[in-house]
Amino acid sequence: MTDDIAIQTEALGRIYKIRGGKKKEPKQLVALEDVNLQIQRGELFGLLGPNGAGKTTVIKILTTLLAPSSGRASVVGLDVVRDAHQVRPRINMVSGGEASGYGLLTVRENLWMFSQFYGIPSKDANRRIEELLAQVGLSDRINTKSSDLSTGLRQKMNIVRGFMTDPEVLFLDEPTLGLDVGAARDVRRLTRDWLEASDRRAVLLTTHTMVEADELCDRVAIINRGKVLACDSPSSLKHRLQSEAIFRLEVSPLNGVPMTPFESIPGVRRFAHSPGDGFSTLEVVLEDESILSPIVSQLALQDIKLRSLQKCEPTLEDVFVQLVGRSMAEVEHGDGK
Amino acid sequence: MATASRAGPRSVLETKRMGARAGLGVSLRVFLQTVAARAYPRLVAQQRERSWMFFDVFLPMIGVSAYVFVYRAIGAPEAYVGFVVIGGAMTAFWMNVLWAMSSQLYWEKEQGNLALYIMSPASLMGILLGMALGGMTATTLRAVAIMLLGGLIFHVPFAVVSVPALLGTFVLAMAALYGMGMMTASLFLLFGREAWHLSNLAQEPVYLLSGFYFPVKTLNFWVALAASMIPLTLGLDALRQLVFPAGAAFGFLSVTIELGILAGLAVVFLIGSHFLLQHMERVAIREGRITESRR
Repeated sequence: MTDDIAIQTEALGRIYKIRGGKKKEPKQLVALEDVNLQIQRGELFGLLGPNGAGKTTVIKILTTLLAPSSGRASVVGLDVVRDAHQVRPRINMVSGGEASGYGLLTVRENLWMFSQFYGIPSKDANRRIEELLAQVGLSDRINTKSSDLSTGLRQKMNIVRGFMTDPEVLFLDEPTLGLDVGAARDVRRLTRDWLEASDRRAVLLTTHTMVEADELCDRVAIINRGKVLACDSPSSLKHRLQSEAIFRLEVSPLNGVPMTPFESIPGVRRFAHSPGDGFSTLEVVLEDESILSPIVSQLALQDIKLRSLQKCEPTLEDVFVQLVGRSMAEVEHGDGK
Repeated sequence: MATASRAGPRSVLETKRMGARAGLGVSLRVFLQTVAARAYPRLVAQQRERSWMFFDVFLPMIGVSAYVFVYRAIGAPEAYVGFVVIGGAMTAFWMNVLWAMSSQLYWEKEQGNLALYIMSPASLMGILLGMALGGMTATTLRAVAIMLLGGLIFHVPFAVVSVPALLGTFVLAMAALYGMGMMTASLFLLFGREAWHLSNLAQEPVYLLSGFYFPVKTLNFWVALAASMIPLTLGLDALRQLVFPAGAAFGFLSVTIELGILAGLAVVFLIGSHFLLQHMERVAIREGRITESRR
């Protein structure tokens, strides 16, 4: 293993035993299966997947909070199980929506308290706290009790807590969960700036927000049901779909029109519809553009009026759909196939 | 290279020793910083929300008063009044161990702090010690207030036999008590609400077995001996013997023997808690209980 590798997992697996009733055998839930990842220093790596895909389980293992059931994982070359005590000073983690710290303490006091667990001298800690709070625009709240902060401001404080110990590897678990657009943008910018300030650092970010993964990450692993389905840069992942033609059609309301005639047209990779206010939207992935013609003909046959047609550039959502067969929202809600 | 060869294995060994010494120094520094940092929220909370003074000082006096009136009504020896007052004062420390340290880990888990503690270089013993020391201010105030108020209201005649022995007894009892508290705290790493019931279970029976409101000698010898596993039993008994003129007559064992046993308990509980916390942390990590209570 070279010194440039920040994180490495080999055939990583985790099975949870879920307790049943008194006489029931515990159920087994496979949270992770054969996960192989290699993340370099200087890299902002994203784990993209729906809720329950196994993203947080990966982070818990890498942050020494959970032991793997199989395989192994290392952070900065140290085994997360065997060398947990050596790994811990080198990492930190921030989770979305976390309520860590104590509401009675001010922002400064909360951050100071956590800095002490890492052995940072108080003077240095206070200097870092002031610098980082200024960077996230929270200087004016330094003496505000954390219980008086809004969700967005509290999350900024949490982000500062993560950066404050100057970790070699920072784990961000859905860091923008519940934040408004502006606050989420600030958190992304801060993360990117922090990473770029040193080539020894690395960030592992989990998200189920496609735009966040696309905008922020150098590489992305798409994960579903505990398995990594693809791993590459966002542009390379999207490039896989370049050979396919993706169209978005706005049509008159479908009102229960069957989709089978459309789905059975040769060359149709995916045909999804969603209702709108007085219209329906069709998202169509085709082998090539020439297949659009029979689709439009079929619409006419079904007496569905075409209101607009747009050719789309592929997104990570399209990549996910291609890999999983369903959109991330459908997976999360258990809809679809 | 040549210099390194000449230096030979002794230098390597010395370097390793220096590294180990430096590592130990860093560990100790982080430990002390952790204790201070985790004590801080408790100290600050006591300053910022002062309503606790009423609940922690005046309400326990009601329980103490009830026992005093019962003893006086049945014509029990007057020494019992002093025993009740000192028992009421020491209750504060048991409550601090039980609710402000052991079961506190349950709330820390619910809040998300426990994961951050485990993930940091800080030791859980440092965290627990910080919680304990932070809570000590309020606890000591409560204990002193009960002693003073109880002494004044019920005319309790305190007559300290030996101040060093009194302090020694108190320190040993506290060391053993908080060591035991750390051991029970480790259960909260593994269990969720189930451990909560354990705390409830420990509260009232300990009041009985430790002889909070009566001399433990009145229990069957073997029951009293078994109850001596709880550090407060012997701590309280020794304190009563050292503080009240009639204390020795009601003492379970001699103060010297009680101090010896307390010292043994302190060593066993403190060392035991260190290993038990490490073991429970490993089990909790293996079973995924650090962040989830139900799995």
